[in-house]
Amino acid sequence: MTLLKEPDFGTPAKDGPASVSLEVDGMRVSVPEGTSVMRAAAMAGVDVPKLCATDRLEAFGSCRLCLVEIDGRRGTPASCTTPVADGMVVHTQTPKVAKLRENVMELYISDHPLDCLTCAANGDCELQDMAGAVGLRQVRYGYEGENHLDAVKDQSNPYFDFDPSKCIACSRCVRACDEIQGTFALTIEGRGFDSKVSPGAGESFMDSECVSCGACVQACPTATLQEKSVIQLGMPSRSVITTCAYCGVGCSFKAELRGDEVVRMVPHKDGGANEGHSCVKGRFAFGYATHPDRMLRPMVREKITDPWREVEWDEAIGTVARRMLEIRQRHGAGAIGAITSSRCTNEEVYVVQKMVRAAFGNNNVDTCARVCHSPTGYGLKQTFGESAGTQDFRSVAQSDVIMVIGANPTDGHPVFASRMKQRLRQGAKLIVVDPRRIDLVRSPHIEADHHLQLKPGTNVAVVNAMAHVVVTEGLVDQSFVGERCEGFDEWAQFISGTENSPEAVESITGVPASELRAAARLYAQGGNGAIYYGLGVTEHSQGSTMVMGMANLAMACGNIGRDGVGVNPLRGQNNVQGSCDMGSFPHELSGYRHVSDDAARKVFENLWGTTLLAEPGLRIPNMFDAAIEGTFRALFVHGEDIAQSDPNVKHVLAALGAMELVVVQDLFLNETAKFAHVFLPGASFLEKDGTFTNAERRINRVRAVMKPKSGRHEWDIVCQIATAMGYPMQYDHPSQIMDEIASVTPTFTGVSFDKLDEMGSVQWPCNEQAPDGTPIMHVDAFTRGLGRFVPTPFVPTDERSTRRFPLILTTGRILSQYNVGAQTRRTANIAWHQEDVLEIHSHDAEVRGIEDGDEVTLASRVGATTLHAQISDRMPTGVVYTTFHYPVTGANVVTTENSDWATNCPEYKVTAVQVTLAHPVSHLNGEAAADRELAVGLVD
Amino acid sequence: MSHDEATEIRLINKIVVHFAYLPTEEAVIEVANHVSRFWDPRMKRRLFELVDSETKDFEPVAVAATALLR
Repeated sequence: MTLLKEPDFGTPAKDGPASVSLEVDGMRVSVPEGTSVMRAAAMAGVDVPKLCATDRLEAFGSCRLCLVEIDGRRGTPASCTTPVADGMVVHTQTPKVAKLRENVMELYISDHPLDCLTCAANGDCELQDMAGAVGLRQVRYGYEGENHLDAVKDQSNPYFDFDPSKCIACSRCVRACDEIQGTFALTIEGRGFDSKVSPGAGESFMDSECVSCGACVQACPTATLQEKSVIQLGMPSRSVITTCAYCGVGCSFKAELRGDEVVRMVPHKDGGANEGHSCVKGRFAFGYATHPDRMLRPMVREKITDPWREVEWDEAIGTVARRMLEIRQRHGAGAIGAITSSRCTNEEVYVVQKMVRAAFGNNNVDTCARVCHSPTGYGLKQTFGESAGTQDFRSVAQSDVIMVIGANPTDGHPVFASRMKQRLRQGAKLIVVDPRRIDLVRSPHIEADHHLQLKPGTNVAVVNAMAHVVVTEGLVDQSFVGERCEGFDEWAQFISGTENSPEAVESITGVPASELRAAARLYAQGGNGAIYYGLGVTEHSQGSTMVMGMANLAMACGNIGRDGVGVNPLRGQNNVQGSCDMGSFPHELSGYRHVSDDAARKVFENLWGTTLLAEPGLRIPNMFDAAIEGTFRALFVHGEDIAQSDPNVKHVLAALGAMELVVVQDLFLNETAKFAHVFLPGASFLEKDGTFTNAERRINRVRAVMKPKSGRHEWDIVCQIATAMGYPMQYDHPSQIMDEIASVTPTFTGVSFDKLDEMGSVQWPCNEQAPDGTPIMHVDAFTRGLGRFVPTPFVPTDERSTRRFPLILTTGRILSQYNVGAQTRRTANIAWHQEDVLEIHSHDAEVRGIEDGDEVTLASRVGATTLHAQISDRMPTGVVYTTFHYPVTGANVVTTENSDWATNCPEYKVTAVQVTLAHPVSHLNGEAAADRELAVGLVD
Repeated sequence: MSHDEATEIRLINKIVVHFAYLPTEEAVIEVANHVSRFWDPRMKRRLFELVDSETKDFEPVAVAATALLR
């Protein structure tokens, strides 16, 4: 349920022309074939009473409230399950159906607590609404008979309660869990009067497989499933549509408030990315925004060993400007720089890079996308001509073969994963390429046709081998390649080499050749083939090569330029795409134009009234190197915790410690702030006005639901620093910043806040050629004209397992937490994940004497950390896995300086490590301990 | 200096390896282009210094690309 009610047509829309005409209560309406009578009635403006029906779920026909009469037909069919027919004449309001509905409602109410006035859902309850709609005036059956009024509440979930006494057994929650979310955590237990909703096999919600996406709560027509926040705070009184600030899916939400207090976040049905669905983070984990740990006052200190001193904004801004200027004067313009954040809005990112290029006077600006998806930008630009994914999310509904490479969508991008799972349940084939057995490999009603469980670091060998099969077995889409691409012959010659055959690489990748051949044939011949990938592709020393390898494969099979196909990065953070689009890379201006492009630079120089450098600035890892070298002295870090998130932490800390000035702008005093001289409090997404751009290039509006708690907008603070440095930057509103972006960025010329408010969202390119945006790219031609095949030889990483470090560590995320956890650790999501653990195969554990839950030391050549072991068969032997959501874990203490050859994106996914018991003989008797010593000796 | 002197050598040698599929002349051009497009001027200066130091750690293509960059 929700405060701001979107139209609900009762049953899902059907595709096709409106070819069936009928009459509903005297109103003529034409609808597509297969449409339900209920939906047709709603389209004619006639609302039929309903309880079990909603247009986000398939018709169920259980509540018997939507009965109608149809001329020429017997009885009173349920309008939700009755399809329309041409010439049909429907009556929704007759004495007969009115009486039936009243009787049905009477029975519902006879087993429902009559506590409406004190019920949390009062005013937001469909049962209440329907009682009114059918004109219920009396309930003849008392509570003396059997009822459910004493059913015990389940309050185990931190975010919502389940009160079975209010349940009407409509199954909407069960169906939402099945049809929308795809978890199948709920069921209706019992028969007849004993029917009741049950999580799992009679477990509590918390103990069940429920992933707390909130779909059941949203679907519930009563107060049976109710947000705890609504119970505690009351029904919200106003609603603001905005965009989630977690992952790159970019879900639209209605922030529902009382005053300026957020009561709940409800997914917006018209949101282009999520279409009304959500995950546990976006739906519930927004409490960090008002957490007491938020820093709300600017602070400065001379040295990082000094205590912080709270100051007024003017002093903080003045300090930053003064010290930046001093350092620039002493050490040259190249000695200062900034890092933009993929969590911030496009407008904020744009002004930071403008400050660097125009006020700092250099190109030393980089973004945290450096450490995640910079290879995507490079690889897709080289092959397709544009640094972005090719599809909209809806496209997956037309895919026949879905290949997921190095991504774990059910945890990292759960709302998109639900879309994907819907298609998989309809019969699309699935290929998973991942060293770890992610949930998608086998989950309710889904099983991967092929799980290519490759050794970490061998992606390129796998994709090359797939392409080898396509080329050598004559599976190339010759007409697509001939008409749309260039460089095919050279590439085909390279890829046909026997060194790329599945048989040749089997010993390198660990993937059986027959399995790989079968997967390649399926992708090439299975219809629409779509590739979705994540950081398991990019965060390697050959990340850019792998992106180009996937692009080659897609082009060879003609899987580009239409619905259902494509090469699609699943972006980690909410605005990774946007921060890259906005010119955050040291070598690119907004719209991915190189700084050496005189014409592009001139556009900015004319507008900004300054001269820009034509050579690239420092990338993040180069900044650290230069800081240690002494040529880079000051860094402005905007909304990123580099001391926790970047690899080889010792090196990062040494670099931060070497700088004269570190400015951190963030919500919290994070790990990086320990090295800061100035701390500028940031604003949460609930306090921001602007835009985020998600993984499908969709520009979504972010709307403030409250004023900035620090008293200042982040974009304004940046402008004031630039101004104080002698380069005036002045805007009255973020919409003016977007107008400037549109004026200098060819792919954004049609974008404005007015346009976004009118359309809801738009996918770039949005310009004269595509005024309503571009859901699917490269339809008739590639952005660069012809798609370019690039040979992609497999160059193994330098990071190898050795006798000393015999295991390979790979890292990832889990559903309930987000990146370094700064936000999610400050919410009730910690109920699901209180610490990072090291997943280790039972064989690897056994030979080291490690048991489940043991504290272990994880060591690489650059550092060591301690965490608890979790025995798991998700990884093959030889591979261990952990997350990096807690600073104490220090996962990045062990990751190394290795990086992608083209972009310097760190190789987080491959680190040679050793795992040992932190307390070697803690639970072993003498004999067992001796065995363990022997076993480890053998392994070493 | 605490700077890892091998950084530029390590980075350019990796670039060289990834363009090794090309004939040498083309590889030299591609490596030079890549460094030109993505490296900060001080990294290029450092690269020149390192090449001038006649260290044997550079791949031949890297040395040729550096010459082209000058």
